[in-house]
Amino acid sequence: MLFTSVDDVSARLAETGYLASPAVATTVFLADRLGKPLLVEGPAGVGKTELAKAVAQVADARLVRLQCYEGVDESRALYEWNHAKQLLRISAGRDETWDEARTDIFSEEFLLARPLLTAIRGDEPTVLLVDETDKADVEVEGLLLEVLSDFQVTVPELGTISATRRPFVVLTSNASRELSEALRRRCLFLHIGFPDEELERRIVRLKVPGLDEALTTSVVRVVGALREMDLRKVPSVAETIDWARTLLALGADTLDENVVRDSLGVILKHQDDILKAAAKLDLEAL
Amino acid sequence: MSAPAPVTGVADRLTGLVGALRSHGVRIGTGETVDAAEALEALGLADRELLREGLAATLLHSTGQRRVFDPVFDVYFPRRVGAPGTGAPADRDDLRNRLAEALAADDRAALDRLAAEAVDGFGGYGASPGSDGWSSYQTLDRIRPQTLLARVRDTVRNRGGATGFTDRLLEDEIRRRIEDFRRRVATEARRRVAERRGRDEIARRAVAPTADRVDFLFAGRDRLAELRRAVQPLARKLATRLAARRRRASRGSIDLRRTLRGSLSTGGVPMRPVLRRRRPVRPELVLLCDVSGSVSGFSDFTMLLVQALHEQFSKVRVFAFVNRIDEVTGLLVPGAADPDGLGARIRAEATLTGWHGSSDYGVAFGEFAERYTDAVGSRTTVFVLGDARTNMSDPNLPAVRGVRERARRVYWLNPEPRSQWGTGDSAAPEYAEVVEMHECRNVHQLSTLIARLLPI
Repeated sequence: MLFTSVDDVSARLAETGYLASPAVATTVFLADRLGKPLLVEGPAGVGKTELAKAVAQVADARLVRLQCYEGVDESRALYEWNHAKQLLRISAGRDETWDEARTDIFSEEFLLARPLLTAIRGDEPTVLLVDETDKADVEVEGLLLEVLSDFQVTVPELGTISATRRPFVVLTSNASRELSEALRRRCLFLHIGFPDEELERRIVRLKVPGLDEALTTSVVRVVGALREMDLRKVPSVAETIDWARTLLALGADTLDENVVRDSLGVILKHQDDILKAAAKLDLEAL
Repeated sequence: MSAPAPVTGVADRLTGLVGALRSHGVRIGTGETVDAAEALEALGLADRELLREGLAATLLHSTGQRRVFDPVFDVYFPRRVGAPGTGAPADRDDLRNRLAEALAADDRAALDRLAAEAVDGFGGYGASPGSDGWSSYQTLDRIRPQTLLARVRDTVRNRGGATGFTDRLLEDEIRRRIEDFRRRVATEARRRVAERRGRDEIARRAVAPTADRVDFLFAGRDRLAELRRAVQPLARKLATRLAARRRRASRGSIDLRRTLRGSLSTGGVPMRPVLRRRRPVRPELVLLCDVSGSVSGFSDFTMLLVQALHEQFSKVRVFAFVNRIDEVTGLLVPGAADPDGLGARIRAEATLTGWHGSSDYGVAFGEFAERYTDAVGSRTTVFVLGDARTNMSDPNLPAVRGVRERARRVYWLNPEPRSQWGTGDSAAPEYAEVVEMHECRNVHQLSTLIARLLPI
């Protein structure tokens, strides 16, 4: 058990610089208590990956990361035999019997552990981060099922390797593909949305401490208004922080039309969106 | 894995909650229920919001389900029991004053208390048991929170709460707070009714289904707006699925002729199979949409979805009709078009009606076959969107047959439930004999159909 209570989660995550909403703190607490993997969904830039890093830091654990992409497979995710080394071993011992050589080259020494196996085998506390799970092919999900439900990996030549110590597993997804029901029901589900105004103010204050209090409030309010609009890409927390940093660098002390107009490109990434927002905020033509 | 629930009453509530969620189409297994009970034990009952998040984490599997979960949770784990207990019935003006104050200060707890008081004071109707209840509609109709906007705005301005640039955001923010108050009233009314009529019934009946299961034909304005926002994510999802299918389809099948010719060098033994090369042909798509009043929500949504998928096709042409047909492809340029006004723009800028305003499929098909013969070719897939209600006029089956013969495939998506096909003035069975007709009542069905039917 890493945490004693939900408040404990919030407090300790906050120490590392991750301000968690009650939903996040509760779910992390439950994931730890029930020993289940945590599936985190949400728009880009709300801190899904950061959450895993923060938990690793709090628990003083090793972070093992599996970055998923289209075409990631067993040999990248789970394990691989070190063929070159096996060949060397065979040519080194020419005068031994077939059985000796066979049992020897399929031993742990020749096994290259990839992230999933590494996370299972470790003795120290481990946080396993499976990032952007939705980018991987459906077959990889099947691979994850054994790891996530029983925390074990089966290597045909060696047998089943079970976790001596259960890793804390975080899977993230941008929902570009619907993950399979089988995977979902093995996990606790957490949707991280945009934070409410108060929390976002605290986040900005923490990440950009130089920014003036009133300006922080204004920044958060403008971003909140933009999120209510029907934009192609709504600004995320990452963009709010970028904007706050930009304003700090520009030396602005209050928001006014000129400042907003000049720096709108930091938070909005499409020309249509910028025009739409300018119209909404009554800015003069860009 | 068994977890003894803290109190038996709580276990009942939990299973009741799970049952209600299942009846709304959320798939929850026994394993998840056990997890939820463990979560309940770990979190305790002291903090309701933590409990809400904990149960959501264990029971739900996707973001959209949250919309169903929250109201159901409020019914099974209510904030309080019975009347708010303020004693004297509230005075309307006094309540509005306090409401304005709470809105100005954005005091969530006070808004909650006021919602309870408002429902208690103004929401009750009926006198005899069985016919009485609590109505959020009536409450809001008497309190009229939307009329407080100007007052709250002035209060905030006078206090200097918003100066300078952000002042222009104030009205929208207050509008959102008022909207939030309306939701609180609805929740409170549901809770009071549930106490009277039984939780299970209210949780099943009074909670709106998830957005992707709302019938197109019954979706209100705000629901349709919500659906429009769902177009882009859905299109992205479908595009990845189609791209993956196309990739998979482009490998695997063996070109026998070239394999045999290659085998000559190995003495007739086919050592190296040659796979068939696929021509990167992107299909053409033609949409025929009924945009008359009743089905326009469905047509608009599908048009936007197909437009968002335009990269998957070499050509997309969209035609709209009521009783005359006109091309509206130009009105659907992505980015330039604002989806909210799409229906209105189509009706304003295209010639869709002749002598009268009711839909006539027969005439529209005839005109399509006559004027736009070039739109349909051997590579074209045609989708017809509409309820096939021809107002008793001739369905003009020969024209439809003509289109079917020239096109690669023709599909008809009908937003009406299958049981209503052929009732009244519906010509659905006749058309269904000519072209493949599918029931397509909500976004869920539409996305499955699109993924299955779209040509690759």
